[in-house]
Amino acid sequence: MIVEIGHFALVLAFALALVQSVLPVWGARSGDARLMATAGPSALGQFLFVAITAAALIHAHVVSDFSVVNVVENSHSLKPLLYKITGVWGNHEGSMLLWVAILALFGGLVAFFGGNLPASLKANVLAVQAWIASAFYLFILSTSNPFARISPAPIEGNDLNPVLQDIGLAIHPPLLYLGYVGFSIAFSFAVAALLDGRIDAAWARWVRPWSLAAWICLTLGIAMGSYWAYYTLGWGGWWFWDPVENASFMPWLAGTALLHSAIVMEKRDALKIWTILLAILTFSLSLLGTFLVRSGVLTSVHAFATDPARGVFILAILVLFIGGSLTLFAWRAPGLKPGGLFAPISREGALVFNNLFLTVGCAIVLVGTLYPLVYEMATGAKITVGPPYFNLVFGAFIAVLLAAVPFGPMLAWKRGDLLGAAERLWFAFALAAIVTIAIWWPSTGALLTALGIGLAVWVMAGAVVEWAMRIRLLRAPLGESLSRAWGLPGATWGMTLAHFGIGMAVLGIVSESSWNEERILAMKPGEVVTIGDYQVALDGMIPRKGENYAEEAAHLSIRRGGALVTYLEPSRRMFATRRMATSQTGIATFGFSQLYIALGETDKTGASAVRLYWKPLVTLIWLGPLIMALGGLASLLDRRRRIGAPVPARKPVSKGGGPKDSGPPAPAAPMAAE
Amino acid sequence: MHPPFRSRFAAAVLAFLLTAAAALSPAYAVKPDEVLKDPVLEARARALSSELRCLVCQNQSIDDSDADLARDLRLLVRDRLKAGDTDAAVKDYLVARYGEYVLLRPRFSFGNLALWLAGPITLLAGAVAIFVARRRASNRAERPLTDDEEARLEVILAAREASLGRGEVPGSVAPENLTKL
Repeated sequence: MIVEIGHFALVLAFALALVQSVLPVWGARSGDARLMATAGPSALGQFLFVAITAAALIHAHVVSDFSVVNVVENSHSLKPLLYKITGVWGNHEGSMLLWVAILALFGGLVAFFGGNLPASLKANVLAVQAWIASAFYLFILSTSNPFARISPAPIEGNDLNPVLQDIGLAIHPPLLYLGYVGFSIAFSFAVAALLDGRIDAAWARWVRPWSLAAWICLTLGIAMGSYWAYYTLGWGGWWFWDPVENASFMPWLAGTALLHSAIVMEKRDALKIWTILLAILTFSLSLLGTFLVRSGVLTSVHAFATDPARGVFILAILVLFIGGSLTLFAWRAPGLKPGGLFAPISREGALVFNNLFLTVGCAIVLVGTLYPLVYEMATGAKITVGPPYFNLVFGAFIAVLLAAVPFGPMLAWKRGDLLGAAERLWFAFALAAIVTIAIWWPSTGALLTALGIGLAVWVMAGAVVEWAMRIRLLRAPLGESLSRAWGLPGATWGMTLAHFGIGMAVLGIVSESSWNEERILAMKPGEVVTIGDYQVALDGMIPRKGENYAEEAAHLSIRRGGALVTYLEPSRRMFATRRMATSQTGIATFGFSQLYIALGETDKTGASAVRLYWKPLVTLIWLGPLIMALGGLASLLDRRRRIGAPVPARKPVSKGGGPKDSGPPAPAAPMAAE
Repeated sequence: MHPPFRSRFAAAVLAFLLTAAAALSPAYAVKPDEVLKDPVLEARARALSSELRCLVCQNQSIDDSDADLARDLRLLVRDRLKAGDTDAAVKDYLVARYGEYVLLRPRFSFGNLALWLAGPITLLAGAVAIFVARRRASNRAERPLTDDEEARLEVILAAREASLGRGEVPGSVAPENLTKL
């Protein structure tokens, strides 16, 4: 019964979404306030119904209702409760439900917090949200129903893939989807602005917090997924340029560009048309990612062709929304009023530079991901585009962007002074140069490593120098500096933290890829192996039993200079239901570095395959994004952002005349026709 | 005993979240008995392995894969190196046997031009777009005001000052309305 209630609630959510798709737009067109006002309650209603649906499916999984196909295929009565819950979205149908649940959540949030939005904008935004939601509800109901029953019901389920039975599944997908789907708000705002034919700095003020929230979640989601892969994998890899990873990385790159261009729009009323386009593109990439991973097209073009129902449906959604929004953009954007003008060397110019390179980076990932597909369709031959390609090409372009990062905040709005900025950055540059030479000099040949570390130090030191200047560190009494630091706006803290964080991540990445130490060997109990500064002794093997698995753990003692530091117990787990093994790695963190040990199989002589890694500064790879997300949070909590109706900055009356735009497509404005 | 190890974990997790995939398990890749005695040769073998694709896996290098075929290829690479082949010769040998599909980094060739030039072309296109947009914007902007317009501007600004002085709402004359006055 509960299962049917869940199914029915999803149908009701679909019906409500259809109503919400039509009435508010109609109201906004005809100026009918009552029709526009239906948007809020229907968005909240939608969220309520989807929440009921999700609760019903979670209930079915928790009580192991094996009359539901989805539960049979992905659960087992002996599975620990946490994985019974997380297993709900550890499969196609359930994860699609999570997708629409988060979409409904965001719609509900806009309805709830959007009280200060102009009525027509709010109505249009919620209507666009409902268009997206309707399409995906229909997709779930027609091709991916999680509530399908099976009769007769089996006694036991097939269990969840053991690799997914990890705390990571509880955190990673929800965060990733909050990011992915969160950009739908920016998309809806962009489409609503195009429908309205009106856009100003206030628009950017409304969009930025939503994009920022989505970006924070996406940043954390990607970093979390990377760490999950790292500790589960058994050989210490953390990023693979896999199409599925790229699918989440592309919206992140575009979303990062969007955050930066929205600053220009908010502060200077420029780059408006480009920002709208970027908002559309960011969510389009989220949709593309959804298509890539759900349609099976990644596994093979042929897999897609043999079972096309789902793939074709999502492809249709993709074409409809991307094509539709870009058409609307091409039609309406030329009518938008362009904004202010600035010199190439200025804060705006720096942000355009940022946008250009992030867009190029995104294009490289996009082309690299789709190239094998297109190539195979065009020529029939197969080709592989893997990590060595992305590392080389993406790395080269992004290095240029990173080198420019410290300059951006040093430049003034409208017209900046590059030489002055360089002068103020001398300390950061000197520090980076010293570090580079100190690394390169003793170890000839490691020039790339030295440059990479130098680049990371440059970005981090640049962020610190800028911050120190703002609070007049060492130039004013310490008390004054502290009170200035306390008084810095959240958005400023956000920028400093985010830029410092990206530097940290680069430091971790370069250090891990250059100085990673590895030992692969067969060890017998009693044997000792040295890696890094540590001696690792295999004391013995311990067999253990868990709720739904059996495992063999190795007990290893870690010593440094003869003194015992810690113990590690990596293990191999066998899951009987699926007859699959997983690896539980043993990881010890020393400062920012880690000792990483994975256990392989034990042979007839009693020797176990052991893989040991010493990974210097590896944790920075994930701490960096954590700091970036923290920066995002600081910016999100900026007091100025919470003040009700935003006040557009006073426009200085310049001799030059009316407002201009410097972003790409800069069409003739209506005011130009005098 | 074990099902074949088909796919790497990252692909595994997301593929599983998102599509129905084959049986998966963590990979252990290079095994102790494969490691060459000569550390220089072994380092070359590892570097080469990470550039070569495991043909039966989903986008995974033979260095990371636990598939039998990946192991065979790793041993083959090591045999060729021991026989004195250069890195390039090993790659050529594998491409001759398995096609360019085996390379994780496609070669720079006519067919792959679009792939290799994607970055530079986007950068160029973006730079041109910015340049054109700026030109258009400054064409509109940097025409100096005529004397007549200067005079009218003076009047408007004076009126604005006066109205500000009287505490009226500022900004009642928007710049775009200048010409209408």
